[in-house]
Amino acid sequence: MNNGSKKAWLYLLPALILLGAFLVYPLIDVLIYSFEEGYNFASQTYWGIGGYNYSYVLHDPYFLQALKNTLILVAITVPLSTGLALLISTGLSSIRPLRQLYQTVYFLPYVTNTLAVGLVFMVLFQKTEYTDGLVNLMLQWFGGPTIDFIDGPYWAKMFVLCFYTIWVVMPFKILVLTSALASVNPDYYKAARVDGTSRTRIFFRITLPMISPMLVYLVITGFIGAFKAYSDAVALFGTDLNAAGMNTIVGYVYDMLYGDSGGYPSYASAAAILLFAIVLTITCINLLVSRRRPED
Amino acid sequence: MDIRLQDITKRFAGRGRRSQGETVAVRELSFQVPDGSLVGLLGPSGCGKTTTLNMICGLEKPTTGRIFFGDEDVTDLPPELRGVGMVFQNYALYPHLTVLQNILFPLENLKGAARPSRQEMRRRATEAAALVQIEELLDRKPRELSGGQQQRVAIARALVKMPRVLLLDEPLSNLDARLRLQTREEICKIQKKTGITTLFVTHDQEEAMSISDQIVVMKEGVLMQEGKPQQVYDDPANLFVARFLGTPPINVFKARVQAGQLWLASRPVLAVPGVADREVWAGVRPEGFIPDEAGPVVCTPERAEVLGRDLSMVCSHPDARDGALRAILDPACGLRADAETVHFALRADKVLLFDTETEQRIPVAADKGAAR
Amino acid sequence: MKHTSDLAANGRAARRRSGAVQAVTYLGLSIWAVVVLFPFYWMVLTSLKSYAAYNAEYTPSFFTLSPTLENYAEAFTAVPLGRYLLNTLIFSVLTTAAMVVVSTLAAYAFARLSFRGKDLLFGLFLSMMMIPSELVVITNFVTITNLDLRNSFPGLILPSITSVFYIYLLKESFEQVPNELYKAAKVDGTSDLKYLWKVMVPICRPTLVTITILKLIECWNSYVWPRLITDDAAYFLVSNGIQEIRENGFGRENIPAMMAAVVVISVPLILLFLAFRKKIMEGVSRGGMKG
Repeated sequence: MNNGSKKAWLYLLPALILLGAFLVYPLIDVLIYSFEEGYNFASQTYWGIGGYNYSYVLHDPYFLQALKNTLILVAITVPLSTGLALLISTGLSSIRPLRQLYQTVYFLPYVTNTLAVGLVFMVLFQKTEYTDGLVNLMLQWFGGPTIDFIDGPYWAKMFVLCFYTIWVVMPFKILVLTSALASVNPDYYKAARVDGTSRTRIFFRITLPMISPMLVYLVITGFIGAFKAYSDAVALFGTDLNAAGMNTIVGYVYDMLYGDSGGYPSYASAAAILLFAIVLTITCINLLVSRRRPED
Repeated sequence: MDIRLQDITKRFAGRGRRSQGETVAVRELSFQVPDGSLVGLLGPSGCGKTTTLNMICGLEKPTTGRIFFGDEDVTDLPPELRGVGMVFQNYALYPHLTVLQNILFPLENLKGAARPSRQEMRRRATEAAALVQIEELLDRKPRELSGGQQQRVAIARALVKMPRVLLLDEPLSNLDARLRLQTREEICKIQKKTGITTLFVTHDQEEAMSISDQIVVMKEGVLMQEGKPQQVYDDPANLFVARFLGTPPINVFKARVQAGQLWLASRPVLAVPGVADREVWAGVRPEGFIPDEAGPVVCTPERAEVLGRDLSMVCSHPDARDGALRAILDPACGLRADAETVHFALRADKVLLFDTETEQRIPVAADKGAAR
Repeated sequence: MKHTSDLAANGRAARRRSGAVQAVTYLGLSIWAVVVLFPFYWMVLTSLKSYAAYNAEYTPSFFTLSPTLENYAEAFTAVPLGRYLLNTLIFSVLTTAAMVVVSTLAAYAFARLSFRGKDLLFGLFLSMMMIPSELVVITNFVTITNLDLRNSFPGLILPSITSVFYIYLLKESFEQVPNELYKAAKVDGTSDLKYLWKVMVPICRPTLVTITILKLIECWNSYVWPRLITDDAAYFLVSNGIQEIRENGFGRENIPAMMAAVVVISVPLILLFLAFRKKIMEGVSRGGMKG
């Protein structure tokens, strides 16, 4: 090894050590964990190799509940937030005065602490013996019944979770879509105007195809993000998500690892690998579908 | 259908805070594009020519003034109701649509009774494609086409809705030199074939001179001159137009007129009857120099370039504004670049005089084009 | 044209329509702005209501006529909020500083130095971006526990330092610096480290600032890893602190004090954002993902 090479490796050393210890080794290790049956954290022993951990996780009602919650969350928030972000950024690109102000305001949720603002949402939606909460007050204005969104029926809780999740992910999506819209060459719009193209037609025939790569990117990252949902749920319903019936897959992993039901890294690993497999599959499907479309 | 601009002024609000720094892009501009003619709108970049084009097609609204298509005042009409076809500088072809879909696009915008049937649309699209000779490319995507082919698709898309007026913004600037020559012939041919009133914008004077029926020269938002290309070249209204037209550009000398003679370097070089004694800018076209042993213009040759059928000779001259002059000569004239000095006589019709202050043209009695 | 007046009328109608579209656009945008801002308003409002006043309102009111700061005093005294803030500050600053140093060195090696296996190694680096943190957190938890680093700053910081994405961003930025500068520096006998410090870092300062701010935001908001690795309140960060406050702090009912704590936690980041708005938004749109 020559001198320059040695120096280069020296520069890389800190990054390599940290990445090796906290990213690469764990990746391999977690796979091994997930196949070690009956691993005991205290004695660091196990009694066999096999698929039992996976089978346990897949039969665990808490995991199934978490899986169901996560799937519902993904199915609702990804299309809704992407659509809403598209609508908002389209509106944003069509105005001139106040645009900067709106953009700044819309970005605020990105820089807030998810846990902290989650408490505010909890307060807004909660119904306690002292107060009905603001949201219930508004429901009453419209003659609706009052509901406890935080500790009440399942779908009420799911609604708050979806609402908060969308509130949290919107800044990123609006930002990405606004810059995608801004990068479309204005000559296309001028040409369309000279040809008397209607607004809707411009949107669907020109704007949408032009920004479709960014939309695909947002949908994929949206899927990945929503599948990893956790802290939003904790913020709203507290750390004991199983009791609230609002656990997510990631929450299940952490609970298995540590917490009231914790101390089972093998089960946690199996669940984490299952999550990774789901995310990877969906990403691949998404990529395949979007690859094919532009060539039609 | 002719296009008439009447006292068009366009102001843009300043970009800074408040309205300070308001810019006037176009100032009291009036000119006419005669029915069925091909007119080049010419000027250096930033002179307001693209703004003018945008106002004609309706993308921008003039601050004051009116625009007429024939007898109809179109100033307040949105672009789609004006019946204009526009070709953009970068063509603005929709990259995700095929050539055919691109050409069909304007037709599909039509509504109600104006909307042709599907077959009729296809027929008109193929007809437009045939006009610009791209029938075999209809199923391709724009990125699979060369620059020249994209240009033709853009023209076909502009023509397919049978516009009253065709507008082209810098139609040739994105093409390489060889293609540019070929395409400008093409544009000229298509225009003659369709007979559609056409206005195109360019900063390239050669391009404008070669294919236009008329040219309109602008500078800093103000009309400098309009007319037939040769007429504007021979008889420019001011020094700007004289310098802007012609390659190589006109040579400018600091000279004086005394007793009916033009004096250069303390020698009388040309009779200029009817001009009072004064300081002048004297412009001499490169082809205005005649090699003549006894000629009054004496200068020192610096280098000679043989450009095919022409000899271009650069000489230094004490009174030349840039310190040097360039003459286009016959290679057989026998002048050598390594000679001590060369002598020229001047062709009277290639010498133009301008006021040193206003830079306006000073008419000379014997001047052929002096009938201004 | 005999349809002139028709056309003109059409034009006027079109303009009226576009005016209506504008109005609807502004209305829609404003609605979303209210949805975004309202929780912030509510949290500040509630934090200014006194405990008694808040609990007396069965129907929440939209304003308060007697604002009080007592909740802020309460937030800092009843729970160790100051401690949480200090912990988070130490954690964020140290992690970010370490990240910047480590990433700069690595990015410089990838961008400017030549060594065998560079392309292969960089390919591996990029593929590491795909590894989700949820997957590796399990082993890291075990590793840190075995090293006896739970409830300690090294345990909090070490696994949080490296970010492949920021190394990638920096490398791209370093590569923009013309090679001639490096050659000129070499001719002048400048050492690599000096060149990096004197030339590359100043030129690429915008990118460095961007990743620093993004990392600070990330650290300030990090929840999962600190939650796993600390169970001693002396090492809680704000996210865990707020969770602790919610469950055991003021008691579930003292909402105004809770909101005061939330305001205190949120303000630093909002100020940072307002100060570096352009940089943050640009950095995020270049591919920053929350979490």
